[in-house]
Amino acid sequence: MKVTLHVWRQAGPADRGRFARYDVADVSPDMSFLEVLDVLNQQLIARREEPIAFDHDCREGICGSCGMVINGRPHGPERATTVCQLHMRTFPDGAELWIEPWRARAFPVIKDLVVDRAAFDRLIQAGGFITARTGSAPEANSIPVPKRDADLAMDAAACIGCGACVAACPNASAMLFVAAKASHLGLLPQGQPERSSRVVNMVAQMDAEGFGACTNHGECMAACPKEISIDFIARLNRDYLKAVIRRPW
Amino acid sequence: MNQALEHAGRVADFLEFAELMCHDALQREESCGCHFREEYQTPEGEAQRDDARFSYVAAWEYAGAGRAPVLHPEPLAFETVHLVQRSYK
Repeated sequence: MKVTLHVWRQAGPADRGRFARYDVADVSPDMSFLEVLDVLNQQLIARREEPIAFDHDCREGICGSCGMVINGRPHGPERATTVCQLHMRTFPDGAELWIEPWRARAFPVIKDLVVDRAAFDRLIQAGGFITARTGSAPEANSIPVPKRDADLAMDAAACIGCGACVAACPNASAMLFVAAKASHLGLLPQGQPERSSRVVNMVAQMDAEGFGACTNHGECMAACPKEISIDFIARLNRDYLKAVIRRPW
Repeated sequence: MNQALEHAGRVADFLEFAELMCHDALQREESCGCHFREEYQTPEGEAQRDDARFSYVAAWEYAGAGRAPVLHPEPLAFETVHLVQRSYK
């Protein structure tokens, strides 16, 4: 099959950037979208042109490295699918696709489709952890955890930190990411000691990074490759309110 | 940022490492574990070791571009359980 790609090219952070059109032939429907970019890059290198820079690692939807917006949708049109898992059979022969990096003030573009997501690292450093020193892994059954809580915490823990939620949100809010981490830890016994400080500190860091506020669009949940629910945002809001009122520290 | 340069560097590393693996395999004149040489096998086709000469772990030191690596053998001494030939029969 053939595809026409309009790819965002930006030589560096200060470059204005532009869309460049590439026609790619001999695309197999079984190829993943990133494989098509690999093939295109081989052609560009052979023509002595600058290849397209993009992030990737596991190529199997779990590491959170890859991410680009395809025709306005982060990770492309398929539900619960990262762009490395997106197969070309999703698209018709001759499809025309616009490829862009994550757009957010807190994610400055480094080059082409690569953005700086260190803001997410700083969010985790602000509170996305527990400080109990357990040494090596403790015996799992020494602290009983209700199955319902454990399952819900696992749903939240499924977040891979790719940033699609930020890219999808019209406000470029990181609420789903923060909510996922705060809920994951806040639902478990080990996360209780720091539950309040975690929520307050992560939200403060989120605002400081320049992410937007949440106005309940729900685009984040639709774009999330792990189908994280906005129910966790509701949970975060409740925890935040309780923390701000109580101020136990 | 230059991803193509990064990838080229990795391919260069793979090639260097492959060369070292060949060097190591040629140096070890026995068969041992997954290192198998046709000329060193038992009549049953099992690995034939030469414990007298090769009871060591081979650690190779990089000696510079285009120069042969330097072998630093780390001897293996088994005191309690002695080396024997494994039999699958």
